[in-house]
Amino acid sequence: METAVLNSTTVKKSNFKSEEYFINMGPQHPATHGVLRLLLTIDGEIIKKVEPDLGYIHRSIEKMSESNSYQQIVHLTDRLDYLSSHINNEAVCLCVENALELEVPERVKVIRTILGELTRIASHTLWWGVMGMDVGALTTYFYGFRDREMINDIFEETCGARLTMNYNIPGGLMQDIHPNFVKRVKEFIPHFRSKLPEYDRLLTGNIIFQKRTKGVGVLSREDAINFGASGPVARASGYSCDVRKYHPYSALDKVNFTEALDTAGDSFARYKVRIAEMWESLNIIEQLIDNIPEGDFKVATNAVIKLPKGDFYQKIETARGEFGVYIISTGNKNPYRVKFRSPGLSNLSLLNHIAVGGKIGDLVATMATIDIVVPDIDR
Amino acid sequence: MNNEALQQTILSWFPDPEFPQPQFTEEGSQFLNLSTQPEQLHELMHLLKNNPETHFDYLFCLTGVDYGKELGVVYHLESTVHRHIMVVKVQTADRENPVLDSVQDIWATANYHEREVFDFFGIKFKNHPNLKRLFLTDEWEGYPLRKNYVDETNMVVK
Repeated sequence: METAVLNSTTVKKSNFKSEEYFINMGPQHPATHGVLRLLLTIDGEIIKKVEPDLGYIHRSIEKMSESNSYQQIVHLTDRLDYLSSHINNEAVCLCVENALELEVPERVKVIRTILGELTRIASHTLWWGVMGMDVGALTTYFYGFRDREMINDIFEETCGARLTMNYNIPGGLMQDIHPNFVKRVKEFIPHFRSKLPEYDRLLTGNIIFQKRTKGVGVLSREDAINFGASGPVARASGYSCDVRKYHPYSALDKVNFTEALDTAGDSFARYKVRIAEMWESLNIIEQLIDNIPEGDFKVATNAVIKLPKGDFYQKIETARGEFGVYIISTGNKNPYRVKFRSPGLSNLSLLNHIAVGGKIGDLVATMATIDIVVPDIDR
Repeated sequence: MNNEALQQTILSWFPDPEFPQPQFTEEGSQFLNLSTQPEQLHELMHLLKNNPETHFDYLFCLTGVDYGKELGVVYHLESTVHRHIMVVKVQTADRENPVLDSVQDIWATANYHEREVFDFFGIKFKNHPNLKRLFLTDEWEGYPLRKNYVDETNMVVK
């Protein structure tokens, strides 16, 4: 049987179209981690441009805040970055407390810090599981969720919720910690210390994983600052920016911990920084868990909170980076304007810069290590 | 650098009393506040970033505000070298066609944040390379975060 053989010399170059080619990634693509559409301009498999299309789940939380009381606004913020919900709640409470010049009890500060660090570990374990899955290692997902489940059980017992905690209120906490809280956290610390080396054995040392991430999506220190990057994304580029170090809040000025830094700036460096952060969060929790001071779990505030006239800003370090709450008050029970500075929007804005020139497969690894949460961007 | 030293340094850049001076206020805020005129904005921002004494290289928050009569933008700046923070405010009284200079050539992060302000407040940023709506659709009428925006579909839950 005669087979048609394509002689390469007979194919004229003009037969190939040379114009730009666009493809959509998302809004329902697993690697975009939510409802985010990326419009890719490609040449073969090489990325020429990445343009995010945002707003699929924008809820106008900033506008809603203008007609809500300060207690109600707290409840909206855990719908931003839902994996850092406790830390977001804390940011609003700290901002309101600073404006009222309200000193909360030491007990509240310590509990808030412990829960904040547990939130960070829970967020990073989920990220680690999804990161592995994005680059083709499904087992990581089950490992990550196994350990995250223990933290969620602790949250459920103390806060009454597993994801959107709403445990912080202006003036303190909604209720006191559960009697089992200290015991269960102390069980979790050695458990997770024995499991973190498993993470390294399964994924960090894996040669396929390293080839997928090393030298991929490199971000320089200057660009990290210029694009307003924060959190592990910025620290992996050697830019020391931990809000917990530079603007300590709650009980973070009383603990010793090392800021996780790397200089390579690639996806693997961002991966290593998050693994190191989980170890550090365990250290912070260990320093505080035996020393929770006795005392009240809240101070009384007026039922209707009115902030004095002025501008108030609070920075906080979520699992993704620097979260900011900016309240402009005219002295009423509602804020005049609230702005939430989300770490995700700034971190996403540098995606085009670091993805151009790479392949589509590399973009998936880069997206995974930027670790965006779309509701945090679409506020 | 503390707030007084910052204030002296910035005032020394504008020695001409005929020229509009930046106004400092510390009232009701934990940071040093500086109000400037739209014509002066870009030059001032350029100096704030590039002068080694101020070195504000990190724009960590860019907020659009509707003050009622005026529309404005608030820039929160931090120096990663000196670790001082200050706030720059600018306002324009033209609500029909508000135009301010873009600072995205000074801080790349301003690109997306200015698009967000354009989307919700309708402030146009001169010399912005890609000024289009960031979150809302291109057909959207009006600017929802303005105080006089009429919410016909009862979109925002009161």
